[in-house]
Amino acid sequence: MSDLDAFRAEVRAWLEANCPPEMREPIREEGDVCWGGRNWVFKNDAQKQWLDACVSKGYTVPDWPTPYGGAGLTPEQTKVLKQEMKRINARSPLDSFGIWMLGPALLQFGTEEQKVHYLNPIARGEIRWCQGYSEPGSGSDLVSLQTFGEDKGDHWVVNGSKIWTSYADKADWIFCLVRTDKTNKYQGITFMLFDMASKGVTTKPILLISGNSPFCETFFDDVEVPKTQYVGEINRGWDVAKYLLGHEREMISGGGAGGDMVSIGGAFAKAFGKNAAGELDDPILRAEMAAFDTDVFAYRAMGERFMDMWKTGRAHPASSNMMKYVGTELNKRRHELVMSGGGSEALEWDSEETKGGARARGWLRTKANSIEGGTSEVMLNVIAKRILDLPGA
Amino acid sequence: MPLYHNDDQAMLKDSVAPFVAEQAPVSHLRKLRDEADATGFSRDLWTQFTEMGLPGMLVPEAHGGLGMGHMEAGIVLEEIGRNLTPSPFLSTGVGAVAALAKAGGTQAGRWLPAIASGEAIVALAIDEGAKHRPDRIATTATRAGNGFRLDGKKSFVLHGHVADMSIVAAKTDGGITLFAVPKDAKGLTADPRRLVDSSLASHVTLDGVEVDADAVIGEVDAGGEILDALLAATRTGAAAEMVGVGQGAMDMTVTYLKERKQFGKLIGEFQGLQHRAAHLYGEMEVARATVMKAQQLLDEGSEGAKLMVSVAKAKAGRAANLAVREGVQMHGGIGMTDEYDIGLYMKRDRALAEFMGDVHYHIDQVARMNGY
Repeated sequence: MSDLDAFRAEVRAWLEANCPPEMREPIREEGDVCWGGRNWVFKNDAQKQWLDACVSKGYTVPDWPTPYGGAGLTPEQTKVLKQEMKRINARSPLDSFGIWMLGPALLQFGTEEQKVHYLNPIARGEIRWCQGYSEPGSGSDLVSLQTFGEDKGDHWVVNGSKIWTSYADKADWIFCLVRTDKTNKYQGITFMLFDMASKGVTTKPILLISGNSPFCETFFDDVEVPKTQYVGEINRGWDVAKYLLGHEREMISGGGAGGDMVSIGGAFAKAFGKNAAGELDDPILRAEMAAFDTDVFAYRAMGERFMDMWKTGRAHPASSNMMKYVGTELNKRRHELVMSGGGSEALEWDSEETKGGARARGWLRTKANSIEGGTSEVMLNVIAKRILDLPGA
Repeated sequence: MPLYHNDDQAMLKDSVAPFVAEQAPVSHLRKLRDEADATGFSRDLWTQFTEMGLPGMLVPEAHGGLGMGHMEAGIVLEEIGRNLTPSPFLSTGVGAVAALAKAGGTQAGRWLPAIASGEAIVALAIDEGAKHRPDRIATTATRAGNGFRLDGKKSFVLHGHVADMSIVAAKTDGGITLFAVPKDAKGLTADPRRLVDSSLASHVTLDGVEVDADAVIGEVDAGGEILDALLAATRTGAAAEMVGVGQGAMDMTVTYLKERKQFGKLIGEFQGLQHRAAHLYGEMEVARATVMKAQQLLDEGSEGAKLMVSVAKAKAGRAANLAVREGVQMHGGIGMTDEYDIGLYMKRDRALAEFMGDVHYHIDQVARMNGY
């Protein structure tokens, strides 16, 4: 038996003993996702048990080194763990921007002290983070941001506002891009970390077309940030931000979270009924769904190849932009088909049977996929410029 | 196994890519076309392929081959696609080998060493109509004397007119049976037609062709599984070749965008064209990954291979088709001229797209395999 096979057997036994049956069900609603944080209220005992078990093994962040709360697994072992969790439909024990975005950036750019101090609470789900990138005047054009940190010796005084801050009203800390030098557009931004409970921080949810408010406006009014709380170099926050955006795109594109990418035609076979030949009883929609499914299976292969290449340093740095573009466009197409497949039932906005119009709200939510984390058009610009090397882009 | 080429595979690519590009670039196809070559490919080139061991890549070592996998064959096919190289490699070295190796027995012993040594070209006589419908085979094989009598018509048989042997799928009493029909069999005629991409495909007539009982590949009535192996290998190979065709067209186009000036600017500076090129890049990358996944699953003998083979043929078909259409359009008027190569890519893509099931056929298969 190879070491990897032995590891698989060990993981399998551990999951059998530690993953509660309630955590082997698909995510059905927002509350099923465990985000953690100071104010987190567990949905049930199973959710807490599952998190505790994974924290004790380092399995919330399996590929992080053990001193920072991870399990120190190799890429191959991490893949095995993911495969085994998927095999039993195990829910992710903990989801957070700390894991997906800040963590990898700290591992790359943080000091040893920062890694120990910040990564462990992230791995344990104790601090929930939000991301302060976009501003009212700068969406995809991040280098134009205006939030300013005035140098006061041992601290900065930060003034300005951010927009589209996901879950800012629920987050404990923020990682934030702040201009610290007004004379240099690119090299005048610092990547800061601070507590959302700091004096002068306020948030206001933004109501979206889905009827939900996952995003906030966030205001900073003379917020004091100690000079110890920045990552990378002062005025070189753009390096950290770019690295982190790569990971964000990976996440939004579903490169790491392809769980939702199952056959859509199969899901609607029952609702439609079938004709005598056993085919979905709407030939045109069947064809569209089958074409979509083909693209989904293909994209899953791309996701696997992307991760294999990314983890071994073989991927082009801008290939995450390609994944983001293809993945988000595919996800929007999925939800258009979900609405068609659901027919009049999918239109219901607040009925109990539809779990409060989950399909309709989900469909509307996906329209942001190709806007957040950089628009599809910006992704195409980056591919054209950095991968295809087209002129003047 | 990770989804990228390992060191050995990368080395193979490093030797095959320059070889094909030097020995059989697009000008090689042009020459054969302009001379209206009746063979449809170069025997000299096939000898060179043989010297490199390529026809025997998939042939088991016990039969004189290299015992490699679909991932390796795909590397060769991508280069064949990129250079539009006319070659019997796909039908002989991939499709026929997959069927014979799966079946084993007399015919495997007879033909696999001959394929590996470059002596035998094998054609695949599967299709019977204008569209690929392998579940509707009407050619019959009836027991006669010591063997069988074959009657029927086959179409779209690549290299059928020059093949030393044709693998013929026929209906027998209890199912499908595959036969190895040698080229001198009485009653076998191949009528070659020049296709849009200048390749030659035959209409094959089987008029009371008599073969011995040992011409059966595998077992009588049990050809379904062998046919499946042949189809999976050939479809995946065609998909890999299409990735090469698409990549070749895309590379030409991107190069052109960086050279051609209009309105005082390089046309590659225009965002309208940049976005289309970038979109094409994404589609091509997804298609490439999908083809590699299908190759990997075939090499592992995985149950999931069948679905991924159809996904790969469909996705590679879509992506390569986009690449050649965008290629001609972005080249503008010059793209419509015969002297310029981009049109040749469009023609080859069209032929490969139709071979062994088009995009629509395979998308339909995806729906069926998912229960709808």
